[in-house]
Amino acid sequence: MEPFTKLTAIAVPIDQANVDTDQIIPARYLGRSREQQVEGFFHDMRLDLNGRPREGVTLNDPAYKGAQIIVGNHNFACGSSRENAVTTMVDNGFRAFVAPSFGDIFFNNCFQNGALPIRLPTERVARLRVILHELPGAKLAIDLAAQTVVGPDGQTDKFDIDSFRKDMLLKGTDSIDFTLGYQQDIARFEDGQRRDMPWL
Amino acid sequence: MAEPRTMFEKIWQRHVVVDRDDGYTLLYIDRHLMHDGSAAAFARLKERDMKVRRPDRSFATPDHYILTSSHRPQDIADPQQRHLVEVIKENCDAHGVTVFAAGDPRQGIIHVVGPEQGLTQPGLLMVCGDSHTSTHGALGALAFGIGSSEVTHVMATQCLWQRKPKAMRINVEGRLGDGITGKDIILAIIGKIGAAGAVGHVMEYTGSAIRALSMEGRLTLCNMSIEAGGRAGMVAPDDTTFAYLKDKPYAPKGAMWDTAMAFWKGLPTDPGATFDHEVTLNGSDIAPMVTWGTSPEDALSVTGRVPDPASAADQTRRESMQRALDYMDLKPGTPVEQIPVDRVFIGSCTNSRIEDLRMAARIARGRKAQVPTWVVAGSGLIKQQAEAEGLDKVFREAGFEWREPGCSMCIGVNGDTGVPGQRIASTSNRNFVGRQGRGVRTHLVSPAMAAAAAVTGRFTDVRKMLG
Ligand code: SF4
Repeated sequence: MEPFTKLTAIAVPIDQANVDTDQIIPARYLGRSREQQVEGFFHDMRLDLNGRPREGVTLNDPAYKGAQIIVGNHNFACGSSRENAVTTMVDNGFRAFVAPSFGDIFFNNCFQNGALPIRLPTERVARLRVILHELPGAKLAIDLAAQTVVGPDGQTDKFDIDSFRKDMLLKGTDSIDFTLGYQQDIARFEDGQRRDMPWL
Repeated sequence: MAEPRTMFEKIWQRHVVVDRDDGYTLLYIDRHLMHDGSAAAFARLKERDMKVRRPDRSFATPDHYILTSSHRPQDIADPQQRHLVEVIKENCDAHGVTVFAAGDPRQGIIHVVGPEQGLTQPGLLMVCGDSHTSTHGALGALAFGIGSSEVTHVMATQCLWQRKPKAMRINVEGRLGDGITGKDIILAIIGKIGAAGAVGHVMEYTGSAIRALSMEGRLTLCNMSIEAGGRAGMVAPDDTTFAYLKDKPYAPKGAMWDTAMAFWKGLPTDPGATFDHEVTLNGSDIAPMVTWGTSPEDALSVTGRVPDPASAADQTRRESMQRALDYMDLKPGTPVEQIPVDRVFIGSCTNSRIEDLRMAARIARGRKAQVPTWVVAGSGLIKQQAEAEGLDKVFREAGFEWREPGCSMCIGVNGDTGVPGQRIASTSNRNFVGRQGRGVRTHLVSPAMAAAAAVTGRFTDVRKMLG
């Protein structure tokens, strides 16, 4: 997995709360190859039924071209467990997501794909979205080791992240290899369970 | 005396393989369920040249991509879709995993099949690469959805790293009225706490209204925990649970049943155990529910009216309500009972079990569908049972279509979608924009309400139709 250390990049605001993973990648793309899924990225939110870009959608605004960060709202990426929601964003260049809260499964899925979900207080995220609307193309600077996000207004915010997740991201650790280091513990558990829950 | 513990805590503690100082726990997975979306996870396992560690703890069935017009894979026109339905069998065979493949009467929606086969049991830790894995908590299991990389991780190690979620209790007291179902309860709960109301929490449903629910009702309830943002949902096992589980194919038998029972009886939350969050609802206040918007939290009583964004608490909410109303093509103030529907879908892992079909048939009997209506049983066995009870005849006589089991119009990846602009009364779990096809407008309801909409052509308070 590609490590995540620092990222200074254009951030694009998405104001809606409860943006679900069906919006991030509509279900009809799920049975396709990863390459084919790239165009599924927010497809129906970006384009109307005739394939024309919708007005007022930040993701269509050329001023945010090259963005690698999304600043969302409450319960960002809620809904289905589809990991394609993360991979389609990664494949479209996005590596970090800032929101007051996330869908739990999406949040976990990010770490498997070298992407960083950052929770910041509601008011601060709202402020960042306002700034990004006012100054399209403005950048955020994220430093994972220091656990900081610097906004276009120069304000630095600290964010929380478990040291477990942080180390894995910083080093790009493969989680299966990591867990296989606990083989003996797993085998011991299985022995115990054979006695404890013999009906399984 | 030991600290009183919640049921969630007891199950969690029993599955700890490693507890790290940084707050992460390696948990052992008792059952891993898979569906036809698991091809990518198998492919990653193959890249590493690894085998499934516990094929005896893994079970699979194709549900998402299977057709509901025919279960013959060769009838699937789209090659990628056909591949997914077929490759799950190849993958499972190669790894020694039990698969209920297309053509097997035990095939069905994975969250219907698990409980039906007795794979789902109290006190187990279960995962599946699907967010509605929360369903299995209805039997007192701790069950949650995971992403595709985590699926590969479970295949390879039978374990998963997790940080302990918080615990939340949802207490529903009182008697439900006739025609009020688990679906109405959960929509009322989500309407109250919101689509993010339980993020980071495992929900336990308690109270007399929950205890009185059948197993099917509890499965519906727990199924939609994820729509409140919950990591999992659970109901303590009791006589309803044990009676349901007894004699299921994979349930313990003979002396093993008694051994298991001794463990199961110790699972319910101890008196005095504390939750991080508690919510109480009055069950007797709950009316048949209908969603009006594009999030399951947009739920209201069938007796209500479409809300006005002007009444929203803040601007973000106002804008999102307006967006939802535009998409749904609804005007504020419209009585729900005046909203016509174009189509009805009865099915999905939320509402495709025998009790759901019986309830829908009760309303359909002797009446006629006013709009195209599909009934898709949750599994081959449910379809057989419904046919043995003559429910298929009731549906056919009412002009409903009786189809082969699968996820079908819940998600439409098999091609079962509506057309843009269509308004569908659906017993599924998500009314997201485009969930049932581009531009399709989904209203979530119970099977009874769906059948009532089918025969009246609009939302109708099913309580008026119960004879
Ligand atoms: S029925 Fe719908 S929600 Fe349930 S597993 Fe299938 S697609 Fe997912």
